[in-house]
Amino acid sequence: MIEVLSLSKFYGKKAVVEDVSVTIQPGKITSFIGPNGAGKSTLLSMVSRLLDADTGEVLIDKADARKMKSNEFAKRVSILKQSNYMNVRLTIRELVSFGRFPYSKGRLTDEDERIVDQSLEYMHLTDMQDQYLDELSGGQRQRAFIAMVIAQDTEYILLDEPLNNLDMKHSVQIMKILRRLVDDLGKTVVIVLHDINFASVYSDWIVAMKDGRVVKNGPTEDIIQSDALKEIYDMDIPIQKMDGCRICVYFNS
Amino acid sequence: MSLKDRKRNVGEAMKKRYLLLTLIVLSAVSLFIGVSSISPLDLLNVQSEETQIFLISRLPRLVAILLAGAGMSISGLIMQQLSRNKFVSPTTAGTLDATKLGILVSMLVFANAAMLEKMAVAFAFAIAGTFLFMQILDRIKFKDAIFIPLVGLMFGNILSSITTFFAYKADVIQNMSAWLQGDFSMIMKGRYELLYISIPIIIIAYFYANRFTVAGMGEDFSKNLGLAYRRVVNIGLILVALITVTVVLTVGVIPFLGLIIPNIISIFKGDHLQKTLPHTALLGAIFLLVCDILGRVVIYPYEISISLMVGVIGSGIFLYLLFRRKKYA
Repeated sequence: MIEVLSLSKFYGKKAVVEDVSVTIQPGKITSFIGPNGAGKSTLLSMVSRLLDADTGEVLIDKADARKMKSNEFAKRVSILKQSNYMNVRLTIRELVSFGRFPYSKGRLTDEDERIVDQSLEYMHLTDMQDQYLDELSGGQRQRAFIAMVIAQDTEYILLDEPLNNLDMKHSVQIMKILRRLVDDLGKTVVIVLHDINFASVYSDWIVAMKDGRVVKNGPTEDIIQSDALKEIYDMDIPIQKMDGCRICVYFNS
Repeated sequence: MSLKDRKRNVGEAMKKRYLLLTLIVLSAVSLFIGVSSISPLDLLNVQSEETQIFLISRLPRLVAILLAGAGMSISGLIMQQLSRNKFVSPTTAGTLDATKLGILVSMLVFANAAMLEKMAVAFAFAIAGTFLFMQILDRIKFKDAIFIPLVGLMFGNILSSITTFFAYKADVIQNMSAWLQGDFSMIMKGRYELLYISIPIIIIAYFYANRFTVAGMGEDFSKNLGLAYRRVVNIGLILVALITVTVVLTVGVIPFLGLIIPNIISIFKGDHLQKTLPHTALLGAIFLLVCDILGRVVIYPYEISISLMVGVIGSGIFLYLLFRRKKYA
């Protein structure tokens, strides 16, 4: 369980994240939604220790995240930021192998190699493992990064807008994989999403942020409601039920 | 032959054992080229003049070339990885120019200092210059692949003009230019041993190779994997500055080497430093050796300085890389 306790971040006098407290349930997909500039990515960066919080604290399984050694932290929590700027020429396998860095510092044991094999297999990358990252499509590259996170084998996986720049097919593919990580492997996935319908269809829990604060926090079916969405986005969004999914039809509201 | 096939063939030729073989052959050639002809048979007589020349001049020259070539290539490789830019190297990041400024200061202020003390002063300047460049890099929001080395070149030129100004005032321009032009013809026994410092540095670099690779993927990425990013970057820059200083103090400035060699290896072997570091060192030594042999042969019995040879051949290759890399650098 990840507990966020009154976390704040200020840039100058402006609060980007203000007094946010939220609990991430283990074994679930929790989606962070909200308008641009709501502080979702900043919050995720603070939870994953990429950014220092100005006030508040983060507890990982009741332990203070700041006091954990960076190596130990890297075995418990992984984060994937939206990183399109990447000009390191590595093969998929080399990248995924670096997921084992917190364990082996780059000198891979047989056990590490086995886990790398499994991660590649899991993401259907085995056949193309020797291709260089800069020769891949956006969707393939995103899959390679997720394979690395799988190899990192952390209980908590944090993803900052992993569907950015992906087409529909690859977006669905990535979300299905995340669902499997939770359902099959018992991981806890926290994800920042822009597309509210992906949040609706795939997540168990939704936290909605606006102006640096949490405005809604609850199970998906409680948040994907016209009145709740009105509060978050200032839009009248009708909801249609299709095949058990709640779809927000926001295109002409 | 398709481009991919050709690439694979070149990649095949880049195998470590072929590179090593080439290096050994060229080394042998280098030992027996020069104004006074020496044949391997002459060496059987330990007292002969030929043997003396061989030991005092030829062998030190070869060792200096190998160490400088490997050292400069590796420092370029580390800089490119840490700055995340393929066009950054000691030449294009002000490290060389800061070193020159340091040498001037050590000449003017600590005129009677021993070599090691001069080195310490030059090192202090090299490291300060490199860190300053990295600070500038941090502050630039517009991280264009070509823009960053341009900033580095400008930064280097500013340092260089400061150096020239004070060298002119103190009337040591002549003296300085000896440092500015890389030249192996002055390398003799007793004047190159400082270069041996680069051997332990290269070994340390090899142990840090994986950390440098991770750091090259960015600060967030490194932190996610539990890497102490700042510390690794600082260690890398210190290694680069040390290598640069020892090379400039013994041989002089060798441009482009740190730029082109890592790029060539990157194209064929990727950026996994633990795997590519040996290749980079070998190819750097080979390239410098070829330039040196050509420089000695072209206007025999005179010779063309190494910085000119590397400058001419290197800038050609650099231009080629520039056009080639444009799409994904």
